[in-house]
Amino acid sequence: MATQKVTVTLTVNGTTHTAEVEPRLLLVHFLREHLNLTGTHIGCDTTHCGACTVLMNGRAVKSCTVLTVQADGATIKTIEGMAENGQMHPLQEGFHVEHGLQCGYCTPGMIMRAAELLARNPDPTEEEIRWGISGNLCRCTGYVNIVKAIQYAARKLREREQAAAGS
Amino acid sequence: MIPPPFTYAAPTSLEEALALLQQHGPMAKILAGGHSLLPMMKLRLLEPEVLIDLRRVPGLDEIREENGYLHLGAMVREVELEEHPLIREKYPLLYETTRWIADPQVRNMGTIGGNLAHGDPGNDHPATMMAYDAQLVAVGPRGERVIPAREFFLDFYTTALEPDEILTAIRIPIPPPRSGGAYEKLERKVGDYATAAVAVQLSLAEDGTLSYVGIGLTNVAHVPLFAARSCAHLQGQRPTPERIDEAAQMASEDCNPRSDLRGSAEYKRAMVRELTRRAFRRALERAQGG
Repeated sequence: MATQKVTVTLTVNGTTHTAEVEPRLLLVHFLREHLNLTGTHIGCDTTHCGACTVLMNGRAVKSCTVLTVQADGATIKTIEGMAENGQMHPLQEGFHVEHGLQCGYCTPGMIMRAAELLARNPDPTEEEIRWGISGNLCRCTGYVNIVKAIQYAARKLREREQAAAGS
Repeated sequence: MIPPPFTYAAPTSLEEALALLQQHGPMAKILAGGHSLLPMMKLRLLEPEVLIDLRRVPGLDEIREENGYLHLGAMVREVELEEHPLIREKYPLLYETTRWIADPQVRNMGTIGGNLAHGDPGNDHPATMMAYDAQLVAVGPRGERVIPAREFFLDFYTTALEPDEILTAIRIPIPPPRSGGAYEKLERKVGDYATAAVAVQLSLAEDGTLSYVGIGLTNVAHVPLFAARSCAHLQGQRPTPERIDEAAQMASEDCNPRSDLRGSAEYKRAMVRELTRRAFRRALERAQGG
């Protein structure tokens, strides 16, 4: 069987890329190997651990279980797209300040999932945060500080929102 | 893990999708969210030659009530059920079932149609659709036909869908007033398949007797089960604790679980009995407006 190539166009972290890909190419491999965006990690490769989580049209997805062709036309955001103008995103700041990471392997996925959670629920309870990151595993089991890091970011983002509304 | 090679098509109409399915026959698979299909392909449990992606086919993502039914397009994603106010307020059984499926990222991609058409006895929607007495709408070259959910699951990963048919919609009868439902699922960890799970949907008549009872069981046989004997035992009766216990006992006798890593067959039967009780009690409270 001749290998089919499909032309896809994806906007990743604000930059539009057009590429010819094999239909079986997973989104995580496209990001890591074609675009060299290695911040998105491959953990379990079986849709369990969440290390490969990125935003696709604003929704957190496990990029080891999305075909690149399924993402044709989509807007993708990875950990590399979180900082703006050299300033860390409040989630990145929160993981730093609250020691939300130990080995750091799960962190990009945790942050991307948390970004979606806070976009939909700016003031989550602890239970909502824990429920919200139930698809992300931290094998250092540092969940307490991960929850604190997300709470820190939620606070920061709300303050920023209020300041913007007040000015 | 990388899936085996395949040819990909993303048709823009149902007619085109059906034509592709006819052209490629059983070597083609329909791709919805892909969160059951792609993991199986990575493990080489499935090696379809062609994937027909439904994401560009219009009209498959609607949620609306019409003609006495809640109509759900087959491509409605789990997260859309979870976030839809109508589902949350009026279909608590469906809402709870959805919340128990996998994890947030998987629910962002996974679809209700895929969950049903995959035919996995561990999936959660089948038991719920049996409890609701839902209808599944299939479209093929011979036109449209409606398959009751209770007749849809024929064998392990085998449904009543013909190889040239596509599941396009699910229709749930709109529950009358004084109805309630609940889903009780026991799992080892978040996102796991059920050790056992029970879906209950019921309605009360004016005199307090049960005018409708539907009970479905997840992952306690090679197919999702409709607990027919339990339902018949409750239908038209008053929901006394004794009668609920008897119906729960029947469900535990009528299922056929296998011993595996999630527990022994005996344990699973005991859990079916208890989960049936719990789901029934919560469904009843909801029907009584509690």
